[in-house]
Amino acid sequence: MAELRTETMTVNMGPQHPSTHGVLRLVLELDGETIKSCMPTIGYLHTGIEKTAEQKKWQQVVPLVERMDYLAAQSNSLAYVLSVEKLLGLEMPQRVKDIRVLIAELQRIASHLVWIGTHAMEIGAVSMLFYAIRERELLLNINELVAGFRFFPSYFRVGGLREDLPRGFHEAVNAFLDRFPAKIDEFEGLLTKNDMFTRRTQGVGVITPEEALAWGLVGPIARGSGSDYDVRRYFPYCGYETYDFKVPTATEGDVFARYRVRVEEMRQSVKIARQAIQRISPSGAWACDDPRVVPPPKDKVYTEMEALIQHFLIYSQGFTVPAGEAYVPIEGPRGEHGTYVVSDGTNRPWRVKMRAPSLMAIQALPRVVQNGMIADVIAVIGSTDVVMGDCDR
Amino acid sequence: MDASSIVDTLTAAVPGASYEVGQSVDFATIYVPAASLLDTCRALLEAPSLRFNVLIEVTAADYLPREPRFEVVYHLLSIPNRQRLRLKVRVASNEIDGVVPTVQSVWPAAGWPEREVWDMFGIVFAGHGDLRRLLMPEDWDGHPARKDYPVQIRKAAQTYEPLEVSEDEFKANIERDRMKRAH
Repeated sequence: MAELRTETMTVNMGPQHPSTHGVLRLVLELDGETIKSCMPTIGYLHTGIEKTAEQKKWQQVVPLVERMDYLAAQSNSLAYVLSVEKLLGLEMPQRVKDIRVLIAELQRIASHLVWIGTHAMEIGAVSMLFYAIRERELLLNINELVAGFRFFPSYFRVGGLREDLPRGFHEAVNAFLDRFPAKIDEFEGLLTKNDMFTRRTQGVGVITPEEALAWGLVGPIARGSGSDYDVRRYFPYCGYETYDFKVPTATEGDVFARYRVRVEEMRQSVKIARQAIQRISPSGAWACDDPRVVPPPKDKVYTEMEALIQHFLIYSQGFTVPAGEAYVPIEGPRGEHGTYVVSDGTNRPWRVKMRAPSLMAIQALPRVVQNGMIADVIAVIGSTDVVMGDCDR
Repeated sequence: MDASSIVDTLTAAVPGASYEVGQSVDFATIYVPAASLLDTCRALLEAPSLRFNVLIEVTAADYLPREPRFEVVYHLLSIPNRQRLRLKVRVASNEIDGVVPTVQSVWPAAGWPEREVWDMFGIVFAGHGDLRRLLMPEDWDGHPARKDYPVQIRKAAQTYEPLEVSEDEFKANIERDRMKRAH
């Protein structure tokens, strides 16, 4: 009888594996179906955005940073513009803050919809993807309405917004907000008590609260492990302290806990968005009144010399930002986003660095999947909601 | 807690260290000498009035032609005290090789961000143990985020050379595989 062979097997998962959310490569060492070690390789989507940003003017960086985390474009640009505005010392009108809150929350819902669709599809509930993408379509339509671009609207600008809200914006947002809570119930009806889904997710990929914080997983992952840290509560920006909402948490720290946290986050986002849309008047201020940064209105450009000069300066040289550095954190869909910007006092950034929650999540992945089953890797990656564009930048 | 009171707490906890309060518009910024970085980080994590339990990120900036040329930047967060802190370490261009210690023993999250700083700026963290390329291909030359690194560069990736196998080798491979499965 032949000797029993007991060596481990090495499996290369990715970089083109459909369940790795882009191009993530995992080299797994398996003993049967149990994972002995996991070695992630990243960098396949590295496009040097931070280096490119150093060559652009301050305002031109907005479309660049939106392309980092392509599922939460407007969270990225919000993090960037808040940091630059901090350096400039700009204070936004209340209406601009409310519009930013509304759009950031809609962006969070859109990102979570892609997450719930792909996460459920990867562990077997294929139809979820179509339900989720159908709702996301409405949010992309709102993006298109606002800025003429569905994925990367670049609607947030340093100094305010690109332009005022279009006609029909309130109707579109209200129609979505009226419709969506029932859809969350529908998603939960398909998944929360689904025996196959709970068996694939409960007790799988457990992250303890200490681990979550030590590995820097602040965001929905840490909240699934019992932390209540949410930037919107701890370090409010854009007036989040005036909104009434709850920070959902769970204590189990497994894949199912992270699922429950994100689903509840979508409900809370609807709640915040409802309050925001009521505060936003159909027309009004859409930028601050700082002439250094915000171009003068077109009718003045055509009639007044000073306005024409200012317009020309802003569009040819851009504006300068006082020397210094700033990091303003925001709560993105994947956790704490923030852009560390350094200015040397010229019209181009000296250094732009986006804090990438996905990078931290993938760094912690080997720890989480170790000694688990190979099929659980898919569930864990899905539950950490990594986006490789965010990770590789 | 402002930067000077953090410095007071740190000076009491770490003997012999000299700190400098940096200018900032957002939250407290402290310059730390590389030699006392590790002790400082431990004190920041453990001192009851500080408790910086989350490392948000590690990054760097290149201030060419100024000397000391680099600054390594640590963003810290204390959830219990609702406090943020920016630690900065000045690194001169003759100090990039293993002068700054790794802080992985304090916050395990530092591993990949420090790899990224080495990948992008070439700053070697002493005692890191796993400084491989993170974002760039393994065989890349140079450190792209440095200010003296050209922006427009065309370079063929060498990682993907075509596999060259002769017909005999190919057959031998198949045969070896078949033998392996027969057992």
